[in-house]
Amino acid sequence: MSKIFQHLVSSAVPVPIENIDTDQIIPARFLKATTREGFGENLFRDWRYNPDNTPKADFVMNNPVYSGQILVGGKNFGCGSSREHAAWAIADAGFKVVVSSFFADIFKNNALNTFILPVQVSEGFLDRIFKAIEADPKAQLEVDLENQFIKIVSTGEKEDFDINQYKKTCLLNGYDDIDYLLSLRKEIEQYETTRTYNF
Amino acid sequence: MGKTLFDKIWDSHIVVSKPGHPDAVYINTHFIHEVTSPQAFDGLRKRGIPVFRPAKTRATADHNVPTLHQDQPIKEALSRHQVEMLTKNTAEFGVELYGLGHRFQGIVHVIGPELGITLPGMTIVCGDSHTSTHGAFGAVAFGIGTSEVEQVLATQCILQYKPKRMKIEVNGQLGKGVLSKDIILYIISKISASGATGYFVEYAGEAIRSLSMEARMTICNMSIEMGARGGLIAPDETTFDYIKGREFAPKGADWDKSLEYWKTLYSDSDAEFDKVLTFDAADIEPQITYGTNPGMGMGVTRHIPALDQLDEKERPSFKKSLEYMDLQPGAELLGKKIDYVFIGSCTNSRIEDLRLVADFVKGKHKADDVVVWIVPGSKQVEAQAMEEGIDKIFAEAGFQLREPGCSACLAMNEDKVPAGMYCISTSNRNFEGRQGPNARTFLASPLTAAAAAITGKVTDVRELLVNS
Ligand code: SF4
Repeated sequence: MSKIFQHLVSSAVPVPIENIDTDQIIPARFLKATTREGFGENLFRDWRYNPDNTPKADFVMNNPVYSGQILVGGKNFGCGSSREHAAWAIADAGFKVVVSSFFADIFKNNALNTFILPVQVSEGFLDRIFKAIEADPKAQLEVDLENQFIKIVSTGEKEDFDINQYKKTCLLNGYDDIDYLLSLRKEIEQYETTRTYNF
Repeated sequence: MGKTLFDKIWDSHIVVSKPGHPDAVYINTHFIHEVTSPQAFDGLRKRGIPVFRPAKTRATADHNVPTLHQDQPIKEALSRHQVEMLTKNTAEFGVELYGLGHRFQGIVHVIGPELGITLPGMTIVCGDSHTSTHGAFGAVAFGIGTSEVEQVLATQCILQYKPKRMKIEVNGQLGKGVLSKDIILYIISKISASGATGYFVEYAGEAIRSLSMEARMTICNMSIEMGARGGLIAPDETTFDYIKGREFAPKGADWDKSLEYWKTLYSDSDAEFDKVLTFDAADIEPQITYGTNPGMGMGVTRHIPALDQLDEKERPSFKKSLEYMDLQPGAELLGKKIDYVFIGSCTNSRIEDLRLVADFVKGKHKADDVVVWIVPGSKQVEAQAMEEGIDKIFAEAGFQLREPGCSACLAMNEDKVPAGMYCISTSNRNFEGRQGPNARTFLASPLTAAAAAITGKVTDVRELLVNS
């Protein structure tokens, strides 16, 4: 898992469903591993496979026409549980960017901490992305973190996206939150001396 | 200008606030469990660092434990390994563990409050989204991911942007047979599964004030189901009475000092919220969900929305959801046959829930073809239930009282609802597959679930209350 993200041009895998919750991304029964690796094979498990473990032909990840390092989902992506395993599964399956018109809070944090870039676009732009992929499954998207835009390459349509500057610096350089927090040790110990009780 | 309760707590926990950076927020209490912690301990090992303040973290095994024969080794190898890793990690890093067999073991959001670990004014986190439960005490409590668990273990701090503040007021009085679970299901159905994303919610109003602590926990528990970062309720006498005398609660002079501080924990009258919503308790009837997110709920006597009542854009997801549930748009749920009843989870597995259900089913028997699982939230709840003879009432009613854990709330252990079956459940999520692959969930209150257990179908519990 690379900790750095700067720029990407790739085709995308569309899952145009709203409220994709973390139980769909990775069902609880696959959370038993004690490492971060290997969750990708169970990404969207129950949409992707039949109960007898044969692939469901109509699910997009089982259709070889679709591929790429960008996952595009409907509104309110990643709602539900706080399991970071959802972000790990997406990363482990080879995605570096998730695009949606709205992300659940905890998922967004978890994605950033997994060095996956969540790109929030307007509903109109999300529609155009889905349409572009419908017209051509190999349609390329360009995501540029430094300049904070996402572009549909074939049509040149482009939208800026927001990201907080701290997280942007982390992703561009491959830093993580713990590195930063560990550097605050003195301030933390100082804070502790100001509190008498544990609240 | 005055401050909201949330701001008072948050601001007093900021260690460093730098422009362009998230706040470094000090965490008073950190709960961990077997599923979301192993990778965090691994991270510490890789960095070669200890747990910074081991006494501020408490561990329990709950998500993945069997609810029968807990005295025997866990049969399933992966589950056993995960629970063993927790034992190993907590021993190695000096963290207190209430593991299987311990008299304090139970669902993390049940044991924190009942042991007096959860206190007003605290910041509390756990690698579990229902950490919002602890907000019922006037604490800022929220769920985090595993990387954040590692942050807290390493530094007792977390990096967070301050969320916006929302106030939800519920005025008036609840009707007969309507519980706090119905209040929160009602609110979520009104504002949707993402209606509070980006906010921290304070619940207020007469209907909230009149609730017991356990009922308040049910409300705060489900804050996350409308996308909120967390939910909280200002502490009052009900709160202080509940805490006093509990295992780890402050005692003697510490209690007096604490109480003095806790009494300052409320939103000032001129505090500003980014959003205020108001509801009337009298409008709330017993609720039930019909779809595959908690926002898809309604009064139990209502009909599922018809397609033409929905925005064109919402229809595909709605249809997919009803197909999964094998239900028709516009249909009613009353009288719908159910197969399983699950009374448990951090939403509704406390002693009051069990008492309420026992009171209701006393002298009744479950419908023949319904399986009823009652899973207490903790060893202490289980012990209390036995002491009060509640276990016998359940046995006579044909209800199975199992051992504590998350159980069929997320079906990580073997407590799975079989494919295609309908389960009326007091838990908090009706997602596809949540209670087992292709299982179908109706979320409801413990009373509505108990009524369904007796009749074998979706029932308006108020009718049974009138008759009894
Ligand atoms: S009971 Fe359910 S919601 Fe609560 S902590 Fe356990 S799995 Fe999470």
